[in-house]
Amino acid sequence: MSSPGLRSATLSIVIFLLFTLAWHVAVSGGASGGPAMDPEYAKLMGIKVEGGKSAMPGPLDIGAKLVEHLRKPFYDNGPNDKGLGLQLLFSLGRVALGYGLAILVAIPLGFVIGMFPVIYRALDPFIQVMKPVSPLAWMPLALYTIKDSSLSAIFVIFICSLWPMLINTAFGVAGVRKEWLNVARTLEVSSWRQAITVILPAAAPTIVTGMRISIGIAWLVIVAAEMLVGGTGIGYFVWNEWNNLSIANVIVAILMIGLVGMALDLALARFQRRITFPE
Amino acid sequence: MSDAKFISIEGITRRFKAPDGSLTTVFRDVWFSIPRGEFVCMIGHSGCGKTTVLNILSGLDLPDEGVAIVDGKAIEGPSLDRAVIFQSHALLPWRSVLGNVTYAVTSRWPKWARAQVEEHARRFIEKVGLKGAEAKKPAQLSGGMKQRVGIARALSIEPKILLMDEPFSALDALTRGTLQDEVRRICLETGQTVFMITHDVDEAIYLADKIILMTNGPEALVAEIVENPLPKDRDRNQIHKHPAFYAIRNHLIDFLVTRSRTFKDEMPANYDRRHPPVVRPSGAPQPLPPSEPGQTAAA
Repeated sequence: MSSPGLRSATLSIVIFLLFTLAWHVAVSGGASGGPAMDPEYAKLMGIKVEGGKSAMPGPLDIGAKLVEHLRKPFYDNGPNDKGLGLQLLFSLGRVALGYGLAILVAIPLGFVIGMFPVIYRALDPFIQVMKPVSPLAWMPLALYTIKDSSLSAIFVIFICSLWPMLINTAFGVAGVRKEWLNVARTLEVSSWRQAITVILPAAAPTIVTGMRISIGIAWLVIVAAEMLVGGTGIGYFVWNEWNNLSIANVIVAILMIGLVGMALDLALARFQRRITFPE
Repeated sequence: MSDAKFISIEGITRRFKAPDGSLTTVFRDVWFSIPRGEFVCMIGHSGCGKTTVLNILSGLDLPDEGVAIVDGKAIEGPSLDRAVIFQSHALLPWRSVLGNVTYAVTSRWPKWARAQVEEHARRFIEKVGLKGAEAKKPAQLSGGMKQRVGIARALSIEPKILLMDEPFSALDALTRGTLQDEVRRICLETGQTVFMITHDVDEAIYLADKIILMTNGPEALVAEIVENPLPKDRDRNQIHKHPAFYAIRNHLIDFLVTRSRTFKDEMPANYDRRHPPVVRPSGAPQPLPPSEPGQTAAA
């Protein structure tokens, strides 16, 4: 018998093939006898077309588009025609900046909040109110105060990455076992060394869980933020291709967004496994 | 500073706030002292404040009244002179066996080179019989091995006093026996001063030179100090044959079963908190005479 891993992989492939086949059948429709014109476009032009090919691209179109993009991922033919890889790099750059800033703020602040219950309780109402606000709601405020659309997008990433990391860091730090701290205290370990040698490793798994939640949210939000601010990035690319009515490009972009998001999560998951300790 | 009063507990009182805001006095005006090189156990029921006494000695807790003096100096906080072996072993799970011990060694001697720290730590790991397990993480060790690491960590800083809070209570009987033997051997070899809390009467008889009996809390006090009549070079398998063994054992069990509860109501007339009566149960079946304060009752 084959191993469960092999069986589930086979099943995955079967599901993928069935889905692709159904998709292919669904979009190919009747034989194309009419003008070689997109029916949606034709409708727009006031021409009546019958039995034309659907505007929805089939899996083969997507495959062709994907190969095209992968061949030339980084070309730059002006503001409205950049390679998919280049656009993804723009988005990743924004996420890295906003997320990095959020780490720099959330982890030290979370440490302080976690170590001092008074501060925890004092800041808790603010955190609870700010946390559920959609990061995009900050966009107008950011645009008004920062007056730079690119920086505003980074700010939005910063604000949405902040809360999960802040809360998890505080939670992890507050939950460090008393006995571990007592060990350090009886060894006359200074507060600074305690923070680095006991609290940080003890809270690290919880902190990284917060980082994983944050990177997921940041990657969700960057697409929407870039649709609003425009210019560059994968979100702008999706919106631009929608305006071009290039559904194939939109689908390729969706696929790439998913793959990059998965890679980000996998990288942090691997990091998390390294710092998690069994008890 | 005298060696006879190497550790001196002078009139300590500790109160805790109950959830309803009222204060509970766990123990009040407790006095006792421990000479250098002696192994002293404290016995009492849960809630009598044994662990609090140990925490005060370690410096993790402070008394509301009174002082604890070690080697002529009042305890104001934790110190590397007093090592603690925790009941729950309290190893840092992200560090290896060697890492847990070197953490203590570098804290004790921050200027030592890495190689010297490791060599020192390895010596103590070997002493507790864990040679070969240096690279293992605590999660890969059995309960007994974890506590061995705890012992190695405490001994590696070469403390003046070893404080143990029911160190063997979480272990199975067999492991407990071997670890008791090893702790006893190491402490005798080095002349270590030890203060240990236990629930186990036999453990106290096997290990201790003196046993401090605490009455039930709240408002616990030191009822008496029992001198162990067994010879210093006792053998675990032979002690029950010693004529005084059952005398001390019955004395301790009698205390835990009844007198720890009733002591406060029927306190001896000449009871003096500053000098709790010292008792030495002997082999002869005789009622215990009320002892003179500060003196050893006739054996």
